Amino acid sequence: MNAMTMIALAVMGLVGAGLYGLLIMRNLFKVVIALQILVKGALLALVAAGQASEQVNLGQSLAVTVIVADTIVAVVGLGLAVQAKRLLGTLDVKALSNLRG
Amino acid sequence: MIEAVLVAGAVVCAVRAIRATQLLSSALWLAGVSALVSILLYRLGAHQIAVIELSVGAGLVTVLFVFAISIAGDDGLTERTILPNWLAVGLIALFVGLLAWMVLPLDEPALATAETAFESVLWGDRALDVLVQTVMIFTGVLCLVMLLKERAPSARRGSLVSERELARPSAAARGNGHRPAIAVIEPAPSPAEVEDIHA
Repeated sequence: MNAMTMIALAVMGLVGAGLYGLLIMRNLFKVVIALQILVKGALLALVAAGQASEQVNLGQSLAVTVIVADTIVAVVGLGLAVQAKRLLGTLDVKALSNLRG
Repeated sequence: MIEAVLVAGAVVCAVRAIRATQLLSSALWLAGVSALVSILLYRLGAHQIAVIELSVGAGLVTVLFVFAISIAGDDGLTERTILPNWLAVGLIALFVGLLAWMVLPLDEPALATAETAFESVLWGDRALDVLVQTVMIFTGVLCLVMLLKERAPSARRGSLVSERELARPSAAARGNGHRPAIAVIEPAPSPAEVEDIHA
C-alpha cells in the first residue's frame, strides 16, 4: 500500500468521523469540533490532490485559504456557543431551534 | 510504514475527540489530530502548510477552545440527536464506501517538485485569495467582538426596572383600582361665600 493510498484512507477516516459527529452530537462545542475534523480531512485531500496532479503550489495556496476559513468558522462558532450558554443556559443545539424572529 | 501509523493515530484521535464525554478532552484530542495531520502534510512535501496547520490548528484553535470552555463551562450534555446511531453509522459507511470506490486504487505519483516558489504563487497568482482571506479575518474579528460584547449597563438597568414593574402588584389587586379617569377641579370658595355658609 503506497503513501497516496494511506493519505486517501486518512481523508476517508477524518471526513467520516467529522460527518458522524455532525450527525450525532447535540453539544454546540462538539459540533464545532466535528466540523474542524471534517475540514482537516478536506485540507489533507487538497494537498494530496495538488501533489498528485503536479500542481503543488496551487494545492498549498488553496490549503492556506481553507485553514483561514476554518479558523474563522471555529472562532465564530465558539462565540455563538458562549452566547447561547449565557442567554439560554444550555449548549444544546435543539434549544437554538426555539429562537424566533 | 510511518504513514500507516500516522493515519491510524489521526483517525483514532478524531474518533476519541467525537466520543469523549468531557469537552476539554475533546479539545485536546482535536489538537492531536491537528499535530498528526501536520506531520502527514510535511511528509507530503507541503512544508509551509504543515507549519501553518501546526501553529494555527494545534495551537491557536486549541487555546480558543480551552478559553471558550472555561467561560461557558462543560454542559455535561451527553444526549444524542433524534437520528439513531445505527442509521448514522450506516450513512457514514455508505459515504466512505462510495468515496473509496471512486478514489482507490491510487498510483504512487512521482514526488512533484515546485517550479516556482510558493510565495510567488500565493502573492502573485492567488492575490485575490489573499484579499478574501484578509476580509474573512476582519469579519471574524468583528463577529467575535459583537458576540462577546457584554450588555450595556443602561440596557441592564432598564431590564431590571421593567422586571420590577412587572413584579409590582397591580392597582386592582391592591383594592384601589377605581380611579376617575377625569378629575373635576372645583374652584375654591371665596371668603364671603364661606361666611354665608357659617351664617
